[in-house]
Amino acid sequence: MSRQLTFNIFRYNPQDPASVPHTDTFRLEETPSLTLFIALNRIREERDPSLQFDFACRMAICGSCGMVINGRPGLACKTLTKELPDQITLMPLPVFKLVGDLSVDTGTWFRTTNTKIESWIHTDREFDPTVIEERMENDLANAIFELERCIECGCCVAACGTANMRADFVGAFALNRIARFMLDPRDQRSEAQYFEVVGTDQGVFGCMGLLACEDVCPRELPLQDQLGILRRKMGFISLKNLFKPKARAAV
Amino acid sequence: MEYQTFYTDLLCIGAGLAGERVAVEAAAKGFETILLSLVPPRRSHSCAAEGGMQASLGNCAMGEGDNPDIHFADTVKGSDWGCDQEVARIFADTAPIAVREAAFWGIPWNRVVAGKATYYKGGQEFEAVEPQDRHGLITARAFGGTAKWRTCYTADGTGHTLLYTLDNKVTQLGVTVHDRVEAISLIHDGANCLGCVARDLKTGKLRVYLAKATLIATGGYGRLYSETTNTVINEGGGHIVALDTGLVPFGNPEAVQFHPTGIVPTNILVTEGCRGDGGTLLDVDEKRFMDKYEPAKAELASRDVVSRWMMYHIAQGKGVPSPYGDHLWLDIRHLGEKHINTKLREVYDLCRHFLGVDPIHQLIPVRPAQHYSMGGVRTDKNGAAYGLKGLFSAGESCCWDMHGFNRLGGNSLAETIVGGRYIGQRVAEYLAGAEARFDTTLVRQAVAKDQERIKKLTRGGGKENVYEIRAAMQNEMMERVGIFRNGGDLQKAVHNLQAIYARAKQIGLRSNGIGANPELNLALKMPGMLRLAICVAYGALMRTESRGCHARDDYQARNDRDWLNRTLAYWPDMQADLPVFKYEPATQVMYLPPGDRGYGKVEIIPMDAPKEDRS
Repeated sequence: MSRQLTFNIFRYNPQDPASVPHTDTFRLEETPSLTLFIALNRIREERDPSLQFDFACRMAICGSCGMVINGRPGLACKTLTKELPDQITLMPLPVFKLVGDLSVDTGTWFRTTNTKIESWIHTDREFDPTVIEERMENDLANAIFELERCIECGCCVAACGTANMRADFVGAFALNRIARFMLDPRDQRSEAQYFEVVGTDQGVFGCMGLLACEDVCPRELPLQDQLGILRRKMGFISLKNLFKPKARAAV
Repeated sequence: MEYQTFYTDLLCIGAGLAGERVAVEAAAKGFETILLSLVPPRRSHSCAAEGGMQASLGNCAMGEGDNPDIHFADTVKGSDWGCDQEVARIFADTAPIAVREAAFWGIPWNRVVAGKATYYKGGQEFEAVEPQDRHGLITARAFGGTAKWRTCYTADGTGHTLLYTLDNKVTQLGVTVHDRVEAISLIHDGANCLGCVARDLKTGKLRVYLAKATLIATGGYGRLYSETTNTVINEGGGHIVALDTGLVPFGNPEAVQFHPTGIVPTNILVTEGCRGDGGTLLDVDEKRFMDKYEPAKAELASRDVVSRWMMYHIAQGKGVPSPYGDHLWLDIRHLGEKHINTKLREVYDLCRHFLGVDPIHQLIPVRPAQHYSMGGVRTDKNGAAYGLKGLFSAGESCCWDMHGFNRLGGNSLAETIVGGRYIGQRVAEYLAGAEARFDTTLVRQAVAKDQERIKKLTRGGGKENVYEIRAAMQNEMMERVGIFRNGGDLQKAVHNLQAIYARAKQIGLRSNGIGANPELNLALKMPGMLRLAICVAYGALMRTESRGCHARDDYQARNDRDWLNRTLAYWPDMQADLPVFKYEPATQVMYLPPGDRGYGKVEIIPMDAPKEDRS
């Protein structure tokens, strides 16, 4: 006998003056291998065609479908209902601007933050199409890839105590991103330049150490380790700056 | 109703890898560029490409001696001689440069590690020695249909790293990105493309974009089918706006590729490695069947052959019933825990996360699914669309046409940045001399037309339900325009799709349509999706031969005498329910004359075969 599932879903359409925030309840019979991707689409197609939510790849690599599932940020596409109780409450991710219902604007937030932390390889060299590539150790390539695996779903940001209180905090995602560039010999930025970007209260020193970011990361990225490494490095640089006030003033 | 207007040099509709690569080229040369995207660009379908991209670097031991000539020949054979050979040539020549450029921008390509290495092929372990002098250069892996190991990769996330690196370049160059914006019609004066009318998917408001050059880079049209590995946004939006001009043709709409093993219900792809390593397909009685249909190769026959027999077997009543329709089983249990946990780790994770199935002890539900669209907006070798000046296309949405009737694994990801680089340069050259005149009357009329469409959907009193219409179309396409094709079914499909198209004109919203309303998003596209579907079905009906992925039971030979050509579908009359077809030679330059591919079916009617007396 399959279970009857009850979905309690946050509803609000900011574009509709008649809309007020509330919860709608939908009941569905559970089918084998039912995921929130399938369930939400069924609800939209069969019950309420105005229901807003975001999916693209539906295989946990595009990062579109972050939402708060029974109190915990996660990807809806890789959430099987059989892992949940029969009461399922879905809310949009906090921190990000609400588009409507379960849909939030992560795109603007991540683009702004990536611009702020200058998330690209900094080099003064030009690409030469006539020569072969520079060599790299495969182990280093793999290490960079490990940190590059972030899909910017926003779960770490939504789960972050600091990000929920302070709009200018860049979040675990950005610190991981900076750690990725610091590993990469193609990026010519110095440690002092990285310090300028994240050695602040908006960056690595804003973290309160609650570490929910790593708990909820659907990619299981080593966010705690990266935070620790960055803090140590940035701590050293700030001490060096402290004892060289003249050099600092000259910058 | 008021609307916002944006002016730019280059407007890119679509911000996956191809769109971003073109944008980077134009922006680096100083042209103002706006990217439109249905989703934040990093969420585009490009990120789903895991395997890698082909480029003939020849660095790894198994790629020894590779060069662009061999890559070119593999691509032409793969296309079953349906491709434009000049384009395949440009592609093979440019691919190594594009890979190295991507490395320069930050891609952590996997590298050659000198010394003995252990590899697997067809379940067999073997050793190769990686040369000392290539240690640290970009390495490659094996993919089907290639003479050498040529597929460059970053672990299992090649599309992801490429997309993020390209989007970093876009951010660095300060390219304007408008995400969650959908182009709903092109603005043109009958000769020149001037931009598009778009809908803001955050607010539902209309916008106008006016540009000297417009690029369509919106990916494939997989969502015309009920079962597809494509993301939910691959609905052919770019093809619709191009076809709707009546001037720009849809090239080879019938060229659609299927993959045998999508998981049920979500159609996420399970790698061919499962079957390569010894996995078997089972039916409702948990019995093998491929060994009966294909005694020699069984489960290891080519993608199309396996897909066809799977559908046939389900049609014989041997499918496993489920709430998501009939399917078959993939069995890898006998490979054992150790093998599954190491060599097939991705498959293990996928089954666990998306099915709740443990493949060490349980069977995996699978079914063939649409995978890739070779057809697209027809352009010349520079990516310039037929029919409208100032309109370009690149990537999967484009039919320039390097894939012909079958696309090789690793050539799609490569096409995005190789074609994007090459076409981007051509777009920049075009912009260097281009001026545009924007006629405000024309713009106002274009917007009014779209406003009228929206009004009709929200207040027109239509009774048809958009989701029912979509399901009817997708099922029709899967059932009769899928892997198995024959004249009778295709004729019926065209007829049924025309009837569904008539219903699609009577769609009425059930919700209020206010703001970023998802029902309105789909309803606006639905008649256009049906026009595309009719082009695919009608193109398949007309093409009385079998070539690459287009396999006709009633015309099993590849017919080079009559069909070494490309379909061009036009939709000049919006009141009509059939496209107008023209045909052109598959290639102007023939470097490699048609021959045997060396795999798959070999029945060929040669170019110089005498005409049959059809009287």
